[in-house]
Amino acid sequence: MAQAAAVAKPPAPPRRRRRASATPRRLPYLLIAPAALLMLGFIAYPVISVFYYSLQNYNPTKPWRNGYAGFDNFVQIFTKDPQFWDTLTFSAKWVFVEVGLQLLFGLALALIVNQTFVGRAVGRALVFSPWAVSGVLTSAIWVLLYNSQTGVTRYLADMGIGSYGTSWLSDTSTVFSAAVVADLWRGVPFFAILILADLQSVSKDLYEAAEVDGASRIKQFWHITLPHLKDAIILSTLLRAVWEFNNVDLLYTLTGGGPAGETTTLPLYIANTSVDAHNFGYASALTTVAFVILLFCSMVYLRLSKFGGGSK
Amino acid sequence: MITEEATETAPAPVRDEPEPPRPAKRRRSWDEVPRRHIYLPLSIYLVFTLIPFYWILLFALRPAGSTSLVPWPITFDHFEKVWTERAFGTYFENSVYVGLATLVMTTLVALAGGYALARFDFKVKNAFMLALLCSQFVPGALLLVPLFEIFAELKMINSLGSVIIAETVFQLPLSMILISNFIKNVPYSLEEAAWVDGCNRMTAFRIVVLPLLRPGLIAVGSFAFVHSWNHFLFALMFLNNQDKQTIPVGLNTLMSADSVDLGALAAGGIIAAVPVVIVFAFIQKWLITGFSAGAVKG
Repeated sequence: MAQAAAVAKPPAPPRRRRRASATPRRLPYLLIAPAALLMLGFIAYPVISVFYYSLQNYNPTKPWRNGYAGFDNFVQIFTKDPQFWDTLTFSAKWVFVEVGLQLLFGLALALIVNQTFVGRAVGRALVFSPWAVSGVLTSAIWVLLYNSQTGVTRYLADMGIGSYGTSWLSDTSTVFSAAVVADLWRGVPFFAILILADLQSVSKDLYEAAEVDGASRIKQFWHITLPHLKDAIILSTLLRAVWEFNNVDLLYTLTGGGPAGETTTLPLYIANTSVDAHNFGYASALTTVAFVILLFCSMVYLRLSKFGGGSK
Repeated sequence: MITEEATETAPAPVRDEPEPPRPAKRRRSWDEVPRRHIYLPLSIYLVFTLIPFYWILLFALRPAGSTSLVPWPITFDHFEKVWTERAFGTYFENSVYVGLATLVMTTLVALAGGYALARFDFKVKNAFMLALLCSQFVPGALLLVPLFEIFAELKMINSLGSVIIAETVFQLPLSMILISNFIKNVPYSLEEAAWVDGCNRMTAFRIVVLPLLRPGLIAVGSFAFVHSWNHFLFALMFLNNQDKQTIPVGLNTLMSADSVDLGALAAGGIIAAVPVVIVFAFIQKWLITGFSAGAVKG
């Protein structure tokens, strides 16, 4: 600081400039310290303690059984816990369907609102608006819509579509589609926003050149737009898949994992195991397994999709 | 001179508005998608987007028991009831407090860290970046139990501080990456020029860099606010007293009642949505450029 003040005198010799910009060696560490400490204390430490507890029997309501368990929890998960496999399968199905449909609709929507047309600003604001709505509020809205007495389904039944008296959320044959639609409503704008952001950087010259060569719009999409979007699509689908896997707000409040456990994802199962059953050791083991699966799938996905290949 | 360059190199220029209106004649042919290919799918999608919003308004504004499809006669009974009887007034206050505190903490901490990442090379930088990326895979929901134990140890259960810290921590990685990218877009030479003019690093940052970061900071800050406003699990787990709870928890309570009071639920939902909608309307134009400058291009 004192050096910088010394430079203040107007005819500063040019050499001084380098000294003023020289980095005090400790400054970067001081700057990242708050973030690093917060993350160490509230992310790294909890993660490590989850790994630790996964090797323990740990249940505050049954303290006499607490103690080192070795790999018992993991053995139980893989061999004696059908609920683990059920919820894992449902999670996979949920993530696959949600991310696939959100990408499809989000891409289409981004391409549409990227055009120039009258009312574009308003159109964009409206189609993006559900992005800001929380999972709980989404649930609240769709509970109103699916309500059997006064929901949209009742009016559809008036018109002869569906039947009276059952909510789509309490019928095992419809609950999956009902939940998927509710989550799509909120999820599609996320993809649309990210893809639209990336579309801003496609060079217009490319399209003009393609136009000169007589390429159809569909060909332009396949050969110019899509390759340009590739990295953005890979990254956003990955982030979204992780998010959809982990997020419990919507299903917890919309269906509570029901009816009859039909919509219980692995994280919901874990939450129930730890919060309701207080079986922290077993829940930690489940968390570890979920974490490893997630990491493994992400690596495989990035490898298979050749992320960043070619363009950088 | 600095200000001139400043406007040219703003990190997140507003590119959302249509390009300068070009005369209809000069419109390139690839731009000319038939109007019906735009308006038809867009309208269908808008119906899907807007019906749920209409539905919640309808339930909030029409008298209980009415089956009319128009909210007439309008009543505000549901709002009054939810605000006082169901304590949404208190929840609202708590949510505002959590949201603003998260916004301030996230922005300040991420700004410091982001500056270090953008401007310095230091030993643990790569390891730190890797940690930021990896933390994206760590599900907050799965860390509830250890987090609960930490906050119990710190005697912070039932204090809004626990939720504020937890929300901030999970917002930090992405915010820091975004902000460091915004800072990278501001040429270092601008800062160096300010040093030559006699500023120290802090003043140079405040006078030269900070004004250029405004759009980016607004995007990151609003993101943190909206996220913590909406998030539900931490508040559900760490806050037990009713007078400490936040709006999403209140909504969940309304929903999990044995017989759901739909009018109250709808009114509560609208109370939950209003601040977020205002923030969204405010940041919408920065959102797209903010993402294209920061996140995806990384």
